[in-house]
Order: sequence, then structure tokens, then C-alpha cells
Amino acid sequence: MQTALRTSLPETELASRANFAPHARVLREERPAQTSGLPLSIRALRKSYGDNEVLRGIDLHIPAGQFVAIVGKSGCGKSTLLRLIAGLEKFDAGSISLGDAVKPEDIRVMFQEPRLLPWARVLSNVEVGLGRDRSSSDAHTRAEKALTEVGLTDKRDQWPSVLSGGQKQRVALARALVSRPRVLAFDEPLGALDALTRISMQRLLERVWRDQGFTAILVTHDVAEAVALADRVLVIEEGRIAHDVVVNTARPRERGSAELAGLEGSILSHLLSADDRT
Amino acid sequence: MSLIDSVSFPRSFRLPRLDGLIQWIVPLAIIAIWQVASVTGFVPTRVLPAPSDVMLAGWKLLLSGELVRNIWVSFWRASIGFLIGGSIGFAFGLANGLSQLSSKLTDTTLQMVRNVPHLALIPLVILWFGIDESAKLFLVALGVFFPIYLNTLHGIRTVDPQLIEMGRIYGMSDGELFRRVIFPGALPSIFVGIRFALGIMWLTLIVAETIAASSGLGYMAMQAREFMLIDVVVLSILIYALLGKLADSASRVLERLMLSWHPAFQKR
Repeated sequence: MQTALRTSLPETELASRANFAPHARVLREERPAQTSGLPLSIRALRKSYGDNEVLRGIDLHIPAGQFVAIVGKSGCGKSTLLRLIAGLEKFDAGSISLGDAVKPEDIRVMFQEPRLLPWARVLSNVEVGLGRDRSSSDAHTRAEKALTEVGLTDKRDQWPSVLSGGQKQRVALARALVSRPRVLAFDEPLGALDALTRISMQRLLERVWRDQGFTAILVTHDVAEAVALADRVLVIEEGRIAHDVVVNTARPRERGSAELAGLEGSILSHLLSADDRT
Repeated sequence: MSLIDSVSFPRSFRLPRLDGLIQWIVPLAIIAIWQVASVTGFVPTRVLPAPSDVMLAGWKLLLSGELVRNIWVSFWRASIGFLIGGSIGFAFGLANGLSQLSSKLTDTTLQMVRNVPHLALIPLVILWFGIDESAKLFLVALGVFFPIYLNTLHGIRTVDPQLIEMGRIYGMSDGELFRRVIFPGALPSIFVGIRFALGIMWLTLIVAETIAASSGLGYMAMQAREFMLIDVVVLSILIYALLGKLADSASRVLERLMLSWHPAFQKR
């Protein structure tokens, strides 16, 4: 897979764009000192399916290690943007740059469905995530470590069919984490879970992100989830970034606090006002 | 420990050995009723010989070595025909499931051939091969081909595309994708094909042997009819039933071994 090979910007331009990102410096203090994440630069990105133009010029810079949430109504192009970043689809115009020397294992995606192999035990499902390293001698230990991180060590020899929805999604997370990715893209990973499982999964996502310092991109339709987890919330409307909202609340965040609720309310009103206009 | 034992007692009370025997109650009861009906003269032995007579006939044929030889010949024809037809069907199923070009090229033709009842080819096959071994093998292979082909094709076409995308994202090569995602995903459907094919295998072979053969179970039954040995005819029919059951059980065991991940094959 050629996920990493994109048209990349010249080095100098990349650096200057990083400097121009206004909130990047403010947020950097919150994050662990050493981030393994990759910075992400997107310029004038366009994508159409037939006559339907889904993305109409996206310009975006994400500093290394930032947690970005992308919200928007269904069909606004948020999932398409994520699929383009992850290299699952080709774009029509523009560029996506992830810095230099990116290996395929550096970018991982987690979907709404766990997509586990039903005929492989939990541990070998996690080993799938090692990519080209899955036949190496330490594959087992690495997979076990990733399972420990999501708290499922005791399920290592089970078939996926006996796990609950939340457990399956945690195995999928372990599979995504096992290669130590530097960008992790989430496509509504908690959309199919019940409310309580969803909250504990959100905590888990936040914890592994803080531990490992990858750049996280979360597509969600749940604005509360976006403000609870992200450093920055992007609102996409009609194929463009309509709003870019910084969430400066200190972590660990208290769910349902007035600050987050206010932010959620203002983002929701953005989304709803766009609804009125159409 | 004793507490656990007493708690789990009601469940272990159903002996597993007994479970395996339950399925034989009905066949044994039928044989018992049949025996009684024959002995009392309710069913004349000219119409249907008593089970004891059938067993006696079987015993005689067993001693003369004729029974074993005929079963062996039929078994050999069935397996070789199954292997040939099954592998060709599997190969076409794979090719047409994985390649658009191959599918466009051959699927229509195969569907047309499928709609010809393969037993209708017997006159032609006799003209081509005589009553040689190859005639039987050809018919069995042809009969077995279609269920295996169709179910392999269906299995591969219905592998979850999301899993295939996942495999690609995680950098699986084409070979690895086939081995780890596509083939295991198609396997349940392939087994359905195998079980269908086993039924067709016996059917074809017996019909072919009754019409054109000089050995085998079908031939034995036809010979017996010539000499009015009705007990041997009934014996042959019972052996077909047993062999069919045996083939089905073998495929079930294989299925259970290879699909142990499948929720349908997990205990409790």
C-alpha cells in the first residue's frame, strides 16, 4: 500500500505553515514533551464522486500529537476526509503531507465496525496490526503488550464471536496500536456502542493518546464526544472547513462541565444554523 | 469442589455417550418393526425380505469376499471422481471468484452446462468410454463439479468487503489476503458445497453402476435383480444409506475441526 507516498510540500513551506498555525503553540504545553506523532498538512484538497463534489478545497494544518475531532452532518465529507488522510482513497486535487519517511505502519485507522477476523483468536487479530512485522519473533510479545494496554489480556485466546461489542472495539484498538502508529484516524469508532461503554472507551482513547502521543483524528457525529476528547474541533459543512474551534480545557476533563457544555452548545448551534440556511 | 460438582450435576447428568446414540433410535426401531412385520407374515418376504434374511445374505457375501470387493470398487470410484470433479470445481470457483475476467469468460458457459442433467449424458458417455472405469469417474466428477463450483464462487464473492479493506490497510499481500481473509471467509460456503456434492456423488455412481458396469455396488444390485435375489437388492440399498451417512459424518467432522471459530460450532 502506498499510503505514505503523497505529493508533499517543500520542506520550507511546511515549516512556515507550522509556524502560522496560531493555536498550535498554546496547545503544545498540554501534551507530553516527546510526541511520536506526525504533523499533517493538507492543501486545497478536493474529492468528487462522479458529479458530487464531496470536498471542495480543504486547507488544514495539524501539529504533531494534536487530537483533532471532525464533526459535521452526515454527507458533509468528514468521513471522506478521513479516508483520504488514511490513504484509503485517492484524491482529485491538492496535497496531503505527513512529513518525510512515513512507513505504512505509521498510519492506522479504526472504524465503526471492529472488523476482526472471526476465524482468528484475539491475539492473532492483534498481530495483524503489525503489518510487515507480523512474522517477526517478537510479534507475540508486542501483541500481548497492546492487549494489556486495552485491558484484555485474559481474552487473548478467545474467538472474537464471544466478545461484547465494546471488547471487540478494544481488540480493534489494540490492533491499531500494536505497530506504534504516529497518526491514528478514528471513523466514528464508538458509534455502535451503548452510552456507558462509549464513555469508558472515550477514557481509554484519551489515555492511550496521552501515553503514546500519536496525532489523533476523530470523525464523530457526537459533538459532546468531540469536545470531551479533542484539542480542536473542526466543523465541516458542504465540503469545507466552516469552523475551527480550539478546546483549551485542561485534562483530565470533567464530562458535563459548564465549560464543555457551553462549547458543545455553540458548535451545535453552528451546525443547526447551517441547517436553517439550506 | 464438591459444591461445583453438585451445581454442575444436572448438566453432566445427560451422558455424552447417550447423546451420540439418540440418533440411532429411529433407524433401529424401524428395523425392529420391519422384522416383526416379516416374521408375522404381515409383509410377504417376496415383497420385502426380513432384516435377518438381509443380514444373512450380507454375511454370505462377506464370506465370499464379493461384498468387500464391490464396496471397495464403488468407494474407490466415488473418491477418485469426487477428487477430480471437486478440485476442478474448486479451481474454477476460485478463479471466477477472484478474477472478473475469468468469470466473464467462463461463468455463462458453466451455467449452461449446469442446466443439463448430468445423468442425461449416460448414453453419450457409454458411447465415448464404453463401460470402462473412466465412464463412471467422468459422470461422478461432472456431478460433483457444480455444487463445489457454485458454493466456492458464492463463498468468495460474499466475503465481507470490510475485512478485505482491513487486510489491505494492514499491508497484507495478495497471497496473505487470500490465506488469512478470503479463503477462511469462503470456507463455510465451501463446506455446504462439499456436503451437497457428497450426496450427488453417491447418486451418480449408483445410477452409473446399475446401467453400465461389471463391478461395484450398483452392479451387485442389478445382478441380484436378474436372479431374483431380493435380499441382496435390499442389502445394497441399506449399504448406500450407510455409506451416505458415513460420508456426511466425515464432512461434518472436518467442518467442526476447520470452522471451530464459527459461533454455530461452539459449545454453549
